[in-house]
Amino acid sequence: MTNGKDMAVVLDHVSKTFGEKQVLRDITFSVARRETICVLGRSGTGKSVTLKLIIALTKPEMGHIWIDGDDITRLEGQALSRVRRKMGFLFQNAALFDFLTLYDNLALPLRRLTHKSEQEIEEIIDRVLRQVGLSGDKEKLPLELSGGMKKRAGLARALVLEPEILLVDEPSSGLDRITASEIDELLLKQKEHTTMIVVSHDVHGARRIADRFAVLDQGRLAGLGTPQDLEHHENETVRKLVMEG
Amino acid sequence: MPKKKATGLTKRLEAIGKAALFALRVIKDAFRAPFELSYVWLELTDQGWLSLPLIVSSGLALGLVMTLHTRTELIKFGAGAWIPEIQCLSFFVEIGPLVAALLVAGRVGAGMGASLAEMRATEQVDAIEALSIDSFKLLVVPRVVACFLALPLLTTFMDFCGVTSGFLSEHFLSHISLQLYLARAFRGVEWSNFVPPTLKTAVFGFIIGTVSCFFGYTTNEGAEGVRKAATNSVVVSSLLIIMADVILVKIIFILFPGTAL
Repeated sequence: MTNGKDMAVVLDHVSKTFGEKQVLRDITFSVARRETICVLGRSGTGKSVTLKLIIALTKPEMGHIWIDGDDITRLEGQALSRVRRKMGFLFQNAALFDFLTLYDNLALPLRRLTHKSEQEIEEIIDRVLRQVGLSGDKEKLPLELSGGMKKRAGLARALVLEPEILLVDEPSSGLDRITASEIDELLLKQKEHTTMIVVSHDVHGARRIADRFAVLDQGRLAGLGTPQDLEHHENETVRKLVMEG
Repeated sequence: MPKKKATGLTKRLEAIGKAALFALRVIKDAFRAPFELSYVWLELTDQGWLSLPLIVSSGLALGLVMTLHTRTELIKFGAGAWIPEIQCLSFFVEIGPLVAALLVAGRVGAGMGASLAEMRATEQVDAIEALSIDSFKLLVVPRVVACFLALPLLTTFMDFCGVTSGFLSEHFLSHISLQLYLARAFRGVEWSNFVPPTLKTAVFGFIIGTVSCFFGYTTNEGAEGVRKAATNSVVVSSLLIIMADVILVKIIFILFPGTAL
């Protein structure tokens, strides 16, 4: 597979090992611009690692990962920062900075990475917090937020720089069905203008937001296609994971 | 088994090498923009201001205990008039700097190690990197700089408290006036007895900050990593402070020969 400049994200024969354990083996798939792909799989099959590889929080032993034509696995310093700025990341537990208020959590990247005035920053934060339904909570510390609020706050922080690509790790984990559905709604709103790669255990939610599924099994890409295609896949694990909902 | 010993030794040497590179990166990044002054101030408040009650209470208690101990012996030899000077010199030269550093290593070092390890465990460090922000510059450098600046200030407070409680103790036991106590206390004290030992605590601050941040920032073992980071921060920084003290005292003697008591 080439660098695929027409694709938003391309994983090209990627392998990743932690110590003795090979977590990902020869993973190859690509994500088109404004496409949403959900990565499904059993626990420990390397789904979250895939997201961390895409944003270069960890590097693969083998293979290449192209983001808008740039091989992020080979980048360092300013060049890496430039490519990372195209992406937003919603972490599984939101990973809000516990020493900063919600407002400052969102303001941090804007103050660091843009030349906007404090007034402009405040306007952006107010707008994004309104989008996720947290406009009345901006002075709260992360410890004062519930699980669902933290997820929404994490999403707000991921969106504050208006990323072209949104990486989402387990958006519904630890949330009740209604709150998980609210998060799905927020992701659906992003779908029109953002490329999304969503790691999920929740097939019901994944079916709502995904254009395609990528199913990982024992570190390998076991299935790739639309939910309907994968319902008839030859691999039983793939069928089970896709049909679970 | 010889092979296992070699592996353990190699791992330790590797860890020392990594810690040394970590310390060099702290120094290099401290002089590179952006200077994170708001975060340095935040850390100074946390490390300095919140350590003050511990430093003040320990200084007062130590000053009192030391006067009581030295008084018993010196009175026997008719040298009671030397108590203020001995109290003052011992606090300025060694007790103040060393005890302040060890107290800060316990309070601040453990806290810094644990908080950074927790940030690592809860993916906050990854989140900073994912936002294209240098997490080392944002989390490590301000902590070390604040520790470097806070220690000399806290040492000065400890010296002041030690001398004050020494006076109070002597005042109640021998009814000495404040004027006479101060005159005797500073009779043989020179600036070189106060300034170099106080400034050497900046090195202790650098050690506490760097060691604690190293254990906290580089761990990747979840909750167990938080516990290890807190423990190792205190143990290793305390040990290094004592070792560095020996070297720094020797250097002070070479640079200021008059300070050798």
